[in-house]
Order: sequence, then structure tokens, then C-alpha cells
Amino acid sequence: MPKTPRSSVVSTSVGVGLAVGLYGTSFGALAVAAGLSIAQTQVLSLLMFSGGSQFAVAGVIAASGPAGIVPAILSAWLLGIRNGFYALRLNGVLGVTGILKLVASQLTIDESNAVSASQENAQDSKRGFWITGIAVFVFWNLFTFIGAFLGAKAGKPEVWGLDAAAAAAFLGLVWPRLKSLQSNVIALLAAVFTLALVPVLPSGIPVIVGAPIAVGLVYIAKNMPWGARLKEADNA
Amino acid sequence: MPSYWIAVLVGSLAVFSWKFLGYLIPARIANHREVVILAGKLTVALLAALTAVETFASKHAVILDSRLAAVLVAALMFWRKVPFIVVVAVAALVAGLLRHFLGWA
Repeated sequence: MPKTPRSSVVSTSVGVGLAVGLYGTSFGALAVAAGLSIAQTQVLSLLMFSGGSQFAVAGVIAASGPAGIVPAILSAWLLGIRNGFYALRLNGVLGVTGILKLVASQLTIDESNAVSASQENAQDSKRGFWITGIAVFVFWNLFTFIGAFLGAKAGKPEVWGLDAAAAAAFLGLVWPRLKSLQSNVIALLAAVFTLALVPVLPSGIPVIVGAPIAVGLVYIAKNMPWGARLKEADNA
Repeated sequence: MPSYWIAVLVGSLAVFSWKFLGYLIPARIANHREVVILAGKLTVALLAALTAVETFASKHAVILDSRLAAVLVAALMFWRKVPFIVVVAVAALVAGLLRHFLGWA
């Protein structure tokens, strides 16, 4: 069968948008269970529009209440760094100026960058970014609303196990990234250090202290003679 | 509840700042491989830390309860490549059932 890149990039983009958008339902339900209003939940999906950061805001506020506001902002901000690196790549690909630069910025997320990066020519790379970005934005916001609406009806989070759903959601976000020894060691150390800090630091802070410590230690370890096995994983 | 608007709006602006910054930096300065990898590793660390806190932390204590059972089931399902939204729903169901029928915390 002859390849038809144009239609294939469209179907890939829309498919990714729908698949990712669907789990906006879980974000919506969790955010409302955490104590955010439906409006606040929806504005997060419209303005923040970055799954990991949004789950972080909901997760930290669920655990810490109003004391979690500053840690929630810091966690979301740190998790958003990678979007900046996608933007660096996409700037060269898209060649956008003026207002389109702002629109492209907002649509710069894991999925739009990934679909764009996996295309074989420049035209499809552009198209993949825009269609995926718009599709994810539309479906993510639609399903956020549905999830928030259902979550508001559901009542106390513990009864329905929504707190466990939050833990499972973070596991699902980290899972595809655990592809190398180095990543696995970083993940394990981050979990251990963070839990060790839970009893002694204000709520929400252990995550933003524990995670950088884990990354720092592994970067020191891999340059030690005994840490060489951690190096091979740099590409993953 | 209004105070959460600060987290929503300032947080959104903070996340957007990274996205926009990337479009302002000239490409020749941007291609530092080591920094790109570092950002990826920080993401792994933060998500793992959040998973740990959501699974084990209760206020200032580290405890074992139904959430751990739910997360272990979720891990098994992610390993078997079950779609994200199904896993999250099943995890909620597992914890809910353990609490309701077995009286777990």
C-alpha cells in the first residue's frame, strides 16, 4: 500500500488527541476531589494545559490544603521545565512569529512535540504539532469538564478511592519514562528521599526538595569509578 | 476556596513561562544536550516523588493503607499496557472496595 503521509499525520494527531484527552476525565475528578472548584479545575486545563503540572497542583492541594498553594505552584513550575525544551526544538521547526508564537507556546506539550518529532518531513512536522496540539487541547478540556462534573457529584474522595487514583495517575505518568537503569535509580531515590522528608518538612515541600537531591546524587555517582553503569543510560 | 485561584493562576503563568521562553531563545544557544537530558531526569524524579507521596503520605506520617494495594494493581496493569484511564479507574475501585468491604484504612 502506498504511504499517504498527509492523512496519516492527521489520523495520528487526532488519535493521540482523543486518547490523551480522555484522561482529562481523571484529572477533572481528582482536582474537584482535592478541593478545587469546577471553574478552577477548568481554568487549569485551559491555562496551565500540561498534564503532569496539573496533576501536581491537584495532588499537592489534596494532601496539604491551603498550605499547599506555594508548593503546588513550585511543583507545577518544575514539572513544566521540559515543555521549555520542546519549545526550543519546535521554534526551529515551526518558524512562528507574533501572536502565533503565543498560541504555539500554549500548545507545546509532551504529545504535540512527540508527534511532530516523529514525522519524516518538515511539512508533516509542522502539521503534526498543530493538529495534535489543538486536538489534545479540545478533548482535554472537554473531558476535564466531564470529570469535574462527575467528581463534584461523587462526594468524599476516600470513599471512592479517588486518593488512590491520584497515586495511580502519577505512576502512569512516570511509567513510560522508566526505561533505563539511570532513570530507575533516580525514581527510586526520589521516592525514598521524599518520603524520608515527609515527617520533617512542611507539606508539599518534600517533593520539590527530594526530587532534585535524587537527580544530583545520580549525576555525582555516574562520574565515580563505581558508577559507570549509570552512564550508559544517558540517551534514554 | 478563593485562595486556590492563586495556585491556579500563578501556577499557569509559571508553566507558560517555560513554554514561551523556549521560543525566545536562539537555537544555537539552546542545543546543550546535557541540559535537555537533565530536564528529563528532573521530570522522572518529580513524578516518582509525587507517586510516593500520594501512595504513602498522610499529613506528616508515612503509612501503609489501601492506596498501596491500589498502586500495586495499577503497576501490574501499566506493565500489561492497559490504557491510562482504565488503570486509574480500577485503582480507585480497588481502594474503594477494600475500604468498604474489608474496612481497610
